[in-house]
Amino acid sequence: MSDTVSRRRFLQRGAALIGCSAAAHPFMSSVTLASAPWDARLVVIILRGGMDGMDVVRPVGDAAYAAARPRLVQTPGLPLDGYFELHPTLAPLMPLWQAQQLGFVHAVSTPYRGKRSHFDGQDILEAGTGLDVSGPSTRDGWLNRMLQTVPGLDSETAFTIGRDELKVLSGSAKVLNWSPDAALTVSPQSRLLLERLYHADPLFRDAASEAIELADLAMPDDSTERSMALAKRMSAAKRNSVAQLAGFAAERLYHDTRIAAFSLNGWDTHRRQDTGINRALEHLSDAVLTLKAGLGGVWDKTTVIAMTEFGRTVRENGSGGTDHGTGGAMLFAGGAVRGGRILGQWPGLDEADLFERRDLMPTGDVRDYAAWALRSAFGIDRTILETSVFPGLTMGANPDLLL
Amino acid sequence: MKQATVAAIRFGYGLGPSAQPATVAAVHDSLRGPDVARETYPLLPRDDALALRMELFLTGRATRNGEAGGEAANAVARKKLRAIEATTLRHMIARRLDGPAPLRERLHMFWLDHFTARHKSTPEAANAAPYIDETVRATMTLRFADMLRAVVTDPRMMLFLDQTASVGPNSVRGKRRGQGLNENLAREVLELHTLGVSGAYSQSDVRELAKLLTGLQYHPAKGGFKFVSKFAEPGAETILGHRYGGRGKAKLADIFDALEDLSVHPDTAGHMAQKLAVHFVSDTPDPALVRHMTQAWQDGGGDLMQVYTAMLEHPAAWSPVMEKAKQPFDFVVSSLRALGYSGQDIITLPRKGFNQMVVNGMRDMGQTFLRPSGPDGWKETAEAWITPVGLATRIRWAMASPGRLAAPLPDPREFVVRALDDAASPDLIWAASAADTVAQGVGLILASPEFNRR
Repeated sequence: MSDTVSRRRFLQRGAALIGCSAAAHPFMSSVTLASAPWDARLVVIILRGGMDGMDVVRPVGDAAYAAARPRLVQTPGLPLDGYFELHPTLAPLMPLWQAQQLGFVHAVSTPYRGKRSHFDGQDILEAGTGLDVSGPSTRDGWLNRMLQTVPGLDSETAFTIGRDELKVLSGSAKVLNWSPDAALTVSPQSRLLLERLYHADPLFRDAASEAIELADLAMPDDSTERSMALAKRMSAAKRNSVAQLAGFAAERLYHDTRIAAFSLNGWDTHRRQDTGINRALEHLSDAVLTLKAGLGGVWDKTTVIAMTEFGRTVRENGSGGTDHGTGGAMLFAGGAVRGGRILGQWPGLDEADLFERRDLMPTGDVRDYAAWALRSAFGIDRTILETSVFPGLTMGANPDLLL
Repeated sequence: MKQATVAAIRFGYGLGPSAQPATVAAVHDSLRGPDVARETYPLLPRDDALALRMELFLTGRATRNGEAGGEAANAVARKKLRAIEATTLRHMIARRLDGPAPLRERLHMFWLDHFTARHKSTPEAANAAPYIDETVRATMTLRFADMLRAVVTDPRMMLFLDQTASVGPNSVRGKRRGQGLNENLAREVLELHTLGVSGAYSQSDVRELAKLLTGLQYHPAKGGFKFVSKFAEPGAETILGHRYGGRGKAKLADIFDALEDLSVHPDTAGHMAQKLAVHFVSDTPDPALVRHMTQAWQDGGGDLMQVYTAMLEHPAAWSPVMEKAKQPFDFVVSSLRALGYSGQDIITLPRKGFNQMVVNGMRDMGQTFLRPSGPDGWKETAEAWITPVGLATRIRWAMASPGRLAAPLPDPREFVVRALDDAASPDLIWAASAADTVAQGVGLILASPEFNRR
């Protein structure tokens, strides 16, 4: 607690020091004058490494499931809808499922097929393109392209959080980035001296003052029940933990930010998946619950989607894990979603039903669901979604993801 | 500002203990002689890399198949790979700390970035070192066509851009297995490597080049590369108005002919002159400098030494205004140089400190060594690096790392002169003496705009 207090005082000093350049500062003015055309909030979580959708949302109703995964079915799941069960490590999310604020889409994938490379799979997931895009390669992300189609957005509309590059939000539309562990820890004297050194170089001056201000924004004040709950979660967590990332996202989304993205690693469970997947699942559940705690009443306007580059093999491998596959699962959550449902068309697990006789056959495109989330949350035009945001996608029937 | 200061900062890794070429002529001559730095700090040769790749591949397969001893053998191979990777990075830094030709080192990073290639599977990580030195470094003082040919036929690039999955639809193999083209390598050769995205090529040129490139295949047992004619699309291809092949069997020489022509295309000359000027001089370089370099490219048929000379002899390249920001790798290396680190010092730095301060330091500033996220390489603009997170991380690093890297720390009042000479502003010289501790004083100098720009 005393840490927080001294840090505050320190930051106030920092804020006073940078006061002289505040008026001319693009970021500072955006904080005070923020205006977004929407009130809805969207959080996109990229699950890197290939989440095993079949272990997270287990098709226990499929007779072939238990036979394919003798070791992974040892720990019983939590009943969802009679056919599917939830991985037990996600038990903290069960109240959300019951409140219909959590749902899944099963047997989905990007258009990526065949090589099962993380690198290519994540590129395609974040670019939002098909496999063969004509013309110059697409190097920006689908969420950034969506921002590019909306005029008059200010810089705080979208945030990426953490040090991981998030291609899904990279591109020509301005997006802010902060990583809670980058907060400066220099003596007050050094801060004064840096101020003087950076004064004549606007690039350094602005980046440093933004860094100081962003660090200050990272911790919620403790004046309301919401912010106290969030501050408690964050101060109990480690410096660069998921709670810090999600907490920062929640705090910004509670105010002027409308879109936030971050990534969670650790899904590449080739060995001993029975224990190896738990950390990643705990991070996912921490992220969702921290967002909920930090968003307070804004949670009702919030949609969270979590997506991964590919699913994993249907059968366990020789070392108690699963290898890179194709069809997987996507998670959606939030007060704005119509949860308590598992969407998608289950393809079955008989050998003839599998993709290349080894992977869950994808029956839907993750981009379709992401597109419908953008359509429902922000009212983005369908033609724009099918040509600019996800070029080449043909959107299917409305899955009614949102309330 | 003295020419020697500009030479060290703009065309090298900053001032440091080892002697530096200080004039235009000396910088130029430093590229002509034998590659002493590479001889002193060598990387894994091709044959050894291919052997390690095979070991990783076979033990990996044995592990997946649950064969007895497979997992243990794979662990041994992976341990070897990690050691090789650490040596590669340490030797690359050592060359920059006390090599005699800093511009050679800067050019090496420029070309590795221009021809960005990454592995997508663990066994192929073994092939990084020969790509770095034998393919890129050995050709970067020859003609651009020589480099382009070496890169396009290197397994690392062929795998990265899916050339190995590209088969002529009407080739023997394509007809038998129903396989077809993958345009990835052809597209990037035109869009990134030669003419540039605004160059005068069309989708049809991409398609035709993809057809021409069929037959280029990876062959680990045959030195890495092989032209396999049964993969090659029969018939002639027309690229940018020129016809290639078509007489008799498809052959490698047709591909090389096309790469020759692409290497001296006027759009390639303009694109590459601009890219070099942007990398070394300014995010918005003087058009006269770019024109001068473009002309040299065309006059010399893509002879790279002539292009480097054109850059070095142009007055705009020596402007005392430092507009660029050092990328994180260069920031860390130039900090080590300023702190008096030698090549041996970095090679003997214990693993934990090396990982925390060098490997993770760079990563946290946004640049994992030789792993940009796409084939277009790292961003060039100062704004891409001096971001709130990027700068805050540099400041943290500057304040904390020197104390762990150098003992005792230098006196900031002397350090500011050693690190920046006449590039230090009066404010910085004053701040160096006003810091409350030695560590913060050294940190302020490393975090200053003068030290981070070039």
